[in-house]
Amino acid sequence: MAVDTGQRQPTRVSGGEGATGHLEELRADPIGLMQRVRAECGDVGIFRLADRDVVLLSGAQANELFFRSPEEVLDQAEAYPFMTPVFGEGVVFDASPERRREMLHNQALRDKFMRGHAATIAAEVAEMVAAWDDEGEIDLLDWFAELTIYTSSACLIGPRFRRELDQRFGRLYHDLEKGTDAIAYVDPYADIESFHKRDAARAGLVELVQGIMERRAAEPVPADEDERDLLDVLMSVKNPDGSDRFVADEVTGMFISMMFAGHHTTSGTAAWTLIELLRNVGEMAAVDDELADLYAGGAEVSYQALREMPHLESAIKEALRLHPPLILLLRVAKEDLECGGYAIRAGQMVGASPSVSNRIPEDFPEPDAFRPARYLEPREEDRRNPWTWIPFGAGRHRCVGQAFAMMQLKAIFSVLLLDWEFELAQPPDTYRNDHSKMVVQLQQPCVVRYRRRTVARSGGSGAGQGAAG
Amino acid sequence: MRVEVDADLCQGHGVCESEAPDVFAVGRDHLVEVLDPSPSDGLRGAVEAAVRFCPTHALSIVED
Repeated sequence: MAVDTGQRQPTRVSGGEGATGHLEELRADPIGLMQRVRAECGDVGIFRLADRDVVLLSGAQANELFFRSPEEVLDQAEAYPFMTPVFGEGVVFDASPERRREMLHNQALRDKFMRGHAATIAAEVAEMVAAWDDEGEIDLLDWFAELTIYTSSACLIGPRFRRELDQRFGRLYHDLEKGTDAIAYVDPYADIESFHKRDAARAGLVELVQGIMERRAAEPVPADEDERDLLDVLMSVKNPDGSDRFVADEVTGMFISMMFAGHHTTSGTAAWTLIELLRNVGEMAAVDDELADLYAGGAEVSYQALREMPHLESAIKEALRLHPPLILLLRVAKEDLECGGYAIRAGQMVGASPSVSNRIPEDFPEPDAFRPARYLEPREEDRRNPWTWIPFGAGRHRCVGQAFAMMQLKAIFSVLLLDWEFELAQPPDTYRNDHSKMVVQLQQPCVVRYRRRTVARSGGSGAGQGAAG
Repeated sequence: MRVEVDADLCQGHGVCESEAPDVFAVGRDHLVEVLDPSPSDGLRGAVEAAVRFCPTHALSIVED
């Protein structure tokens, strides 16, 4: 694309005078930095990440360009250097749109698999709450992170693999997620504690997977094909000389990358949905009534039931809008391009921010308030703003796990809220995210209290009952 | 009514195929194929469900 002489250079945001530009601010208060870019520069502005410009886009027009651009123009592969040590060399962070479509078909995310996943997830929640007393406290980060390790491994890899996991896997996985400091833009192997823990955690996961593979190799493969899981399939692939095609390190890298996109994201969204519902009692009452009606008489947590819950779905969407799990999506410009009269040059990084765009007041009135009604007819603010309601991204790179994630979240709350009541155990404004890493997590402590409902609403014998069917 | 697809957005989830198999198929290239671009009114409910539940909002109905 030829550079038009009428194009202007985007403005650079204030601050960031040091050698690493705005890197320190990005590590301390990324949302504040990105909001300042929009306030000072408009839809197209620049901040400095070490020695590179990041052209930050916001608003519908600029975001549409970002999300519609093909790989040849805006490339994702080079944009996330902090992920390479997490997945391992050679495991790509993101695939081409063509490869993503193939993965959808092959990897259990297709619509026809969702029915089975709904029951699997409900059973996992039921199993975790079976360990609860009649009342107690949970830390939301720890609890949902553990649950979503089990649900994502069971649904994406298979129940056989899931049954071999315990808390060790989740703890190691958490250290991986914490090893995503933006310092990786300067050096992904910098000598800092979170990177050392990241590398130790990856080695620990490889060791666990190695152990599982050795146990399996010593046993016969299940005769029933439905019993086999992805690990059985990978272990059955041989080189021409008869040796195993995939060693434990590669298998672990694949499993980490498959689970990564759906783990901290779903875990955080579950926690924020619960926090926001507890902060907004009227909304919680609407969700409670909806679930009580839907599951009256002990109906199962089924795929169909999960599609018909507008209040819970809206609450989840609103939690996603206010607390998007990914706050900055990045690409690298492979050629010069133009956006709203501004020039973007080849080699610059280009970003879009769900945190910023999801709160544009022209698109989302009362942008900082929790208002699930904005998704109901006739407002439907998510559908009306496809390029600024972007918790799942948009366009070609839209999260392929979105349908799975929404179904999972609805299944989790169907089981949790039927038999349990919750209340905040801390002042409402003390629940916040920790933004010091590129992977956003809840800041601890983040405790809530639970209590078994005195009148159980799931037919008396536990909501998990139907889930097994 | 006519059915329109934004090909930039389709990821081949196959929800439309489940909802309205006479109108949509997700083929070997993993992209949606519109089998019947002008479905009869009898299929309206199924097509509307396909549009509503499409995870990528790639489908729309245009009234003739």
